[in-house]
Amino acid sequence: MVTLTINGQTVTVKEGTTIIEAAAQHGISIPHLCYMKDVHKVGACRICVVEVEGRPALQASCLAEVAEDMVVHTNTERVRRARNILFDLMYSDHSEDCLSCTRNQNCELQAMGKLLGVETSRYEGARSSYHVDASVSVTRDMSKCILCRRCITVCNEIQGVGALYPQHRGFNAEASPAMEMQLGKVACSFCGQCTVVCPVGALKVTNSMQKVWEALDDASKITIAQVAPAVRVALGEEFGLEPGARVTGKIAAAFHHLGFDHVFDTNFGADLTIMEEGTEFLGRLTDALKGAGATLPMITSCSPGWVKYMEHTYPNELAHLSSCKSPHTMMGAVAKSYYAEKIGVDPKNIVVVSIMPCTAKKFEIVRPEMQNGGVPNVDAVLTTREFAGMIKSAGIDFVNLPDAKFDNPLGESTGAADIFGLTGGVMEAALRTVYELVTGRELPFDKLHVTPIVGFNQVKEASIKIENPLPNYSFLDGVEAKIAVTSGLAGAKILMEQVKAGESPYHFIEIMGCPGGCIMGGGQPRSRDPEVRMKRLSGLYAEDENKTLRKSHENPYIKSLYETYLGEPNGHKAHELLHTHYVERGKFNQLTDETFVADAKVIAKIRSAAVLHDSAKTAVMKTSRERESSKVLAMESENRKLQSDLEDAMETIDILKSVIPR
Amino acid sequence: MRQTSESCCCPVDEKERAFDQISNVIDLYRNKEGSLIQVLHRAQEICGHLPLEVQELIADKMNIPLATVSGVVSFYSFFSTVPKGEHVIRVCMGTACYVRGGKKIVEHLMGHLGVDIGETTKDGKFTLEIARCFGACGLAPAMMVDDAVYKQVNINKVERIFEKYREGGR
Repeated sequence: MVTLTINGQTVTVKEGTTIIEAAAQHGISIPHLCYMKDVHKVGACRICVVEVEGRPALQASCLAEVAEDMVVHTNTERVRRARNILFDLMYSDHSEDCLSCTRNQNCELQAMGKLLGVETSRYEGARSSYHVDASVSVTRDMSKCILCRRCITVCNEIQGVGALYPQHRGFNAEASPAMEMQLGKVACSFCGQCTVVCPVGALKVTNSMQKVWEALDDASKITIAQVAPAVRVALGEEFGLEPGARVTGKIAAAFHHLGFDHVFDTNFGADLTIMEEGTEFLGRLTDALKGAGATLPMITSCSPGWVKYMEHTYPNELAHLSSCKSPHTMMGAVAKSYYAEKIGVDPKNIVVVSIMPCTAKKFEIVRPEMQNGGVPNVDAVLTTREFAGMIKSAGIDFVNLPDAKFDNPLGESTGAADIFGLTGGVMEAALRTVYELVTGRELPFDKLHVTPIVGFNQVKEASIKIENPLPNYSFLDGVEAKIAVTSGLAGAKILMEQVKAGESPYHFIEIMGCPGGCIMGGGQPRSRDPEVRMKRLSGLYAEDENKTLRKSHENPYIKSLYETYLGEPNGHKAHELLHTHYVERGKFNQLTDETFVADAKVIAKIRSAAVLHDSAKTAVMKTSRERESSKVLAMESENRKLQSDLEDAMETIDILKSVIPR
Repeated sequence: MRQTSESCCCPVDEKERAFDQISNVIDLYRNKEGSLIQVLHRAQEICGHLPLEVQELIADKMNIPLATVSGVVSFYSFFSTVPKGEHVIRVCMGTACYVRGGKKIVEHLMGHLGVDIGETTKDGKFTLEIARCFGACGLAPAMMVDDAVYKQVNINKVERIFEKYREGGR
């Protein structure tokens, strides 16, 4: 233990503690911007500087460790002045369009300005400027970047993807893919974890709200809403509720208030996924045991960020992925076939909107594989954060909404579907059904929870021995099914390297792209609560345990869907609607022509003021060829800007006409 | 698919040979921490510059993300992602050389060669660059062509120096 003095207070902390943590443990909060406890400490912003007696320079308290008899001052004139200057310098190269920024009033830089009591900015001068890089999932606007490098840490160290890295130097530095390539063209998984940690509006979700508003306003369209399990234990946070607060009923009510015609639950799609995926697994296991040749381990395919990572990093191992679509695309496919027929509507006139904890789902729905009969399964994905924004701007008092129910037949679900939103949940849900299908008995675990795969360890494993199976499955007697679960792409790499080397001991693997699973997805609310993961996890387990039906195959509407429409799980119709295939992309996206750049109109709308061609950037461009191509790009972006300006002007005229009485 | 704006300019078999050489260099440095810069150095010597496909080769063989490779390449001004001329001219613009007319030399060369700073002449003969200090301030204004340093350069001298390189000699 080390004893030191902070602001006159004597404190004792563990050796190796940083000053900022020592202070926090004793109720002293040191202002900080780039620092994230346990995740990111590089001392990039220096806002957390403090005075340490005997040390001439101010110390970055996120890096400096405590020492015996150290005397620290966190709030002297010298410190305050340094913080203010550091803030001003950062701000002097930050685009000042706070009012039109998605992070307005939810921005860590803005909050820091207020905390430090900044009233004027003293530095005027050159600003670095960048064009907006919008992929279908994540948008980069580097004019807002403060170079805190949190995104670099999550992308490289936490996720092990490495799509972003600091490029160039000094004034021209930016967090970018290689060689200024667009995010939609490189091996980015679209997990969106960078959008969760970005303190400002530099990395954000590509907004889809307008598309949804337009569909809701269009009387010729039938709108269908669905919501993923993980959203129901996190959305409340955007309205001041505790993490893990279960707001399922309020979500259904909010859908009705927003004017959706049919209000369904992705959970139904999750139950359906279990039927398909469970059957697929049994089929592969059977084939393997009978020597018919089958690719094992089978790996779950619900997480589109994970799937894209796999397609880039392990293009030769795609046969391991389950051919099942993800729950919300299955749901969309069923809504636009079975349900469309039921209500007598042309699928082309149905708009399916999914509320997801995920940014990669925005990419998933534009995959050409995710359509049937030329109609996309899902038309728009909103993240949990975007959905909260819609509810707020619609003036809905979310917290006081009385609970409502999802509509049937596609709104009923079992507890197995709820746990799809957390690491280990898909596997547990699958085991509940597969085990019972094979043995006729319930999965032999307390409360049906497969304890070895519950929780947040990076790689979890278990094995389940099949004894006394039903006569149909007698060949499985004594078979020990080995399973593994991981979440986060760094964990995926560990399991995939085994698979690639042909040394994977498992039969079935669950992988979710975000660490902790969908509850910690890239589209979820940003939380300051250190217990947020655990609280959301408990919330979902509670949803599950509170249901009477907790196994997917018990869902009566699923049974009737198979009886009246789909036939058998993995049957012909099911394959046509609910299964998919994958694309070999390669780690430099070199194996495909597919890219996922957002269309030009979206880019122009996001930031119409974006002007690419500026003198500072030109100076570092080396060849005339580079300059020529940048001129073409600049002209294109100028054209887009003019076009969108014109559209805006026309729209303004229309609106003025409608509000000014003649 | 991907940006193919800059690729290795050499013919196919030459390119293959260059890639083999680079692969050998990578094997040499395998498992040595922090060897990326050395590899990039050698690769630039072999290829003349570091276009995307060379960076991809290095990222692939060294098993590091492409963005990391590109980050290092774009950080150091020594590395170039575009081809350089047969001869690289570096005019010193350090304080001493600047004061003694380095800037005039640069302006003259820009006019003479018809290129901007950082550019290569159409015939691929010369690339014009500026440098910050060769540590030869007593010889100001100084200029380098490839590895040779020329002292107390003036416009007339520049002409003479150039003749040598024009005729293909060294």
